[in-house]
Amino acid sequence: MTVPISAYLALSALLFVLGITGVLLRRNALVVFMSIELMLNAVNLTFVAFARQLLAIEGQLAVFFVVLVAAVEVVVGLAIIIAIFRARDTVDIDDVDLLRG
Amino acid sequence: MALVLIVVLPLAGWLVNGMAGGRLPRPLVSVIGCGTVAASFVASAMAARHLAVPSDALTATLFTWIAAGDFTVSAGLLMDRLSALMALVVTGVGFLIHVYSIGYMADDSAYSRYFAYLNLFVGSMLLLVLGGNLLVLFVGWELVGLCSYLLIGFWFDRERAANAGRKAFVVNRIGDAGFLLGILLLATTTGTLQFDRLADAAGAMAPGLLTATTLLLFMGATGKSAQLPLYVWLPDAMEGPTPVSALIHAATMVTAGVYMIARLHPLFLRADFTLSVVAAVGAATAFFAATIALVEWDLKRVLAYSTISQLGYMFLAMGVLAMPAGVFHLTMHAFFKALLFLAAGSVMHATHGVVDMRRLGGLAGPLRWTALGFAIGALALAGIPPFAGFFSKDLILEHAYAAAQHGGSVALWLAGLLTAYVTAVYITRAAVLTFFAPAGQRDHPHEAPASMGGPMAILALLSFGGGWVGAHAAGAPLLRVLDRFFAIEPAAETLPGAPLTAISVAVGVFGIITGLLLYRRRREVTLGALGAFLARQWYVEALYDAAVVTPAKRLARFAADVVETRGIDGAVNGIAGLVGQAGVAMRRVQTGYVRNYAAAILAGTILILSYWLLRGP
Repeated sequence: MTVPISAYLALSALLFVLGITGVLLRRNALVVFMSIELMLNAVNLTFVAFARQLLAIEGQLAVFFVVLVAAVEVVVGLAIIIAIFRARDTVDIDDVDLLRG
Repeated sequence: MALVLIVVLPLAGWLVNGMAGGRLPRPLVSVIGCGTVAASFVASAMAARHLAVPSDALTATLFTWIAAGDFTVSAGLLMDRLSALMALVVTGVGFLIHVYSIGYMADDSAYSRYFAYLNLFVGSMLLLVLGGNLLVLFVGWELVGLCSYLLIGFWFDRERAANAGRKAFVVNRIGDAGFLLGILLLATTTGTLQFDRLADAAGAMAPGLLTATTLLLFMGATGKSAQLPLYVWLPDAMEGPTPVSALIHAATMVTAGVYMIARLHPLFLRADFTLSVVAAVGAATAFFAATIALVEWDLKRVLAYSTISQLGYMFLAMGVLAMPAGVFHLTMHAFFKALLFLAAGSVMHATHGVVDMRRLGGLAGPLRWTALGFAIGALALAGIPPFAGFFSKDLILEHAYAAAQHGGSVALWLAGLLTAYVTAVYITRAAVLTFFAPAGQRDHPHEAPASMGGPMAILALLSFGGGWVGAHAAGAPLLRVLDRFFAIEPAAETLPGAPLTAISVAVGVFGIITGLLLYRRRREVTLGALGAFLARQWYVEALYDAAVVTPAKRLARFAADVVETRGIDGAVNGIAGLVGQAGVAMRRVQTGYVRNYAAAILAGTILILSYWLLRGP
């Protein structure tokens, strides 16, 4: 039996909403970061599902790009988080509000 | 080339004394200042020798200044008999006054600045006189105005002097506005400003336009030559050093208006209405200023009003077509009025700056030579034969009388005659009060040094005997030259001659006797309400104050207090305040919490997506 595409999309949407919720509600910077990864991978799932459905290779290609960019982003993001931790002894993003007007 | 040299020499003196004068020794500054003017005088005399025939003219074109389509103006010079005479007067009298200044300004700390300004003035005046077209003349005209401003306010640390300089500049500006309009009107209607082509151009002009043009040009003359109603700056100009008053505000610059009309006589001769205005303004000013001189206490201001009055005579002459007589009087006036001013300067030099005639007196003894010089100048001014002023003033009066007989107004002649009487009275008063009236104790006044006495002696000789160049008994060489230049019929035959001369001499003598009788014993002669009226200058200054100065000050106050602070500043500050308040309101958006920014991104994304969704395919 084949799994219908709607199931993939539903799972993807679920993961994406979970990611958004995490970004918006969690205070730990690392968890926020992981939530962003969750959102990226939710999108990746959509890409792959449609690629399979439409028998098109471009979707899988896009996934590779996303994975690559996500890796780069993790490097930069973690470096920033470490720098903040060294400077302020915290990774709670609500404590990092230097841009408050 | 010689022409260019005449103008350039004093300007070179100005450059040297102006740039380096402070570091040069004073004798060298004096030599440069006087030497360049003397050289200019020699150059003028040598150039003038080439003008044997009346129609002769020397020209020099330096370059084309303006070329716009058919309209071209060249930076050119022109010397014909009129400008040669003027150049000789300017450089000759100018040189004498430069020499006089060596003694007069010896103690001044700004010695080199003074001589630099004086040289600049002579150069500018020569440019005015020798300009080959109206635009070059205008450049000189403005430059002498600048020099006048600089020299009136020479002692600028005195508030009165600084104010007087500004007043002269502003009042002249009013006249110059009209002058410039006249030049532009002439340029647009005839397409040329060259003097040598004016006669043809004037013939082609419509009468109305010609009248308008000449009236505008005359407006410039009333400013520069201190005629009604723009005379108010000249009495105040006496705040400057006395040699400056002699050179600029008596002998040369103030006669520029007369010269301009003489120079543009092809235009004015065709504009009958303008000529009648010129004559009327001249006669009115002559009488008006003479009456004020009658009650003025400041010796220099008496001479200033006298200058205004004598300039009125010159304009009267221009207006009744007696242009040779007007130029003749201009020349004679340069001699005797410069002499009077230099004598007044000598008095100030001896008394350490006293010019109030109530505090002067008894100087005939210690200042014997100065008193003699002043007396010669006064007799020339009063028109007593054989002094210089007699011949020229009498000639003007005769022409005015002749004009009345040919359909003109007899009022012009009467005003001239009455002015001659008043003139004799006021100059007698000034001489008596300054030199002969009993005076209180004072430290011993001393006669002027030779550098001041010499120029006065030469001017005294010229004031005594200079008039013969225009005396019909001596063949009137100057008048014959000028008659042909102006292409006016020699008027000697039509003039009334001896009877009228007798009248004007009698009027002068009578005036002197009146003055002696009135002021020989008494200092204060009250003329009652009339005296008060005259002392307030016929309320002209008050009228100007009420009509122009006060409203202008109010307007300035309004602009400063309301327009500037509330209008312009208000707009600028209002905009800045608006931006600031918007910033205060908007800063609340920036919470600094990452999740708020993330939520904003989410909201934005949802908005955009829903827009595309709702819009449909």
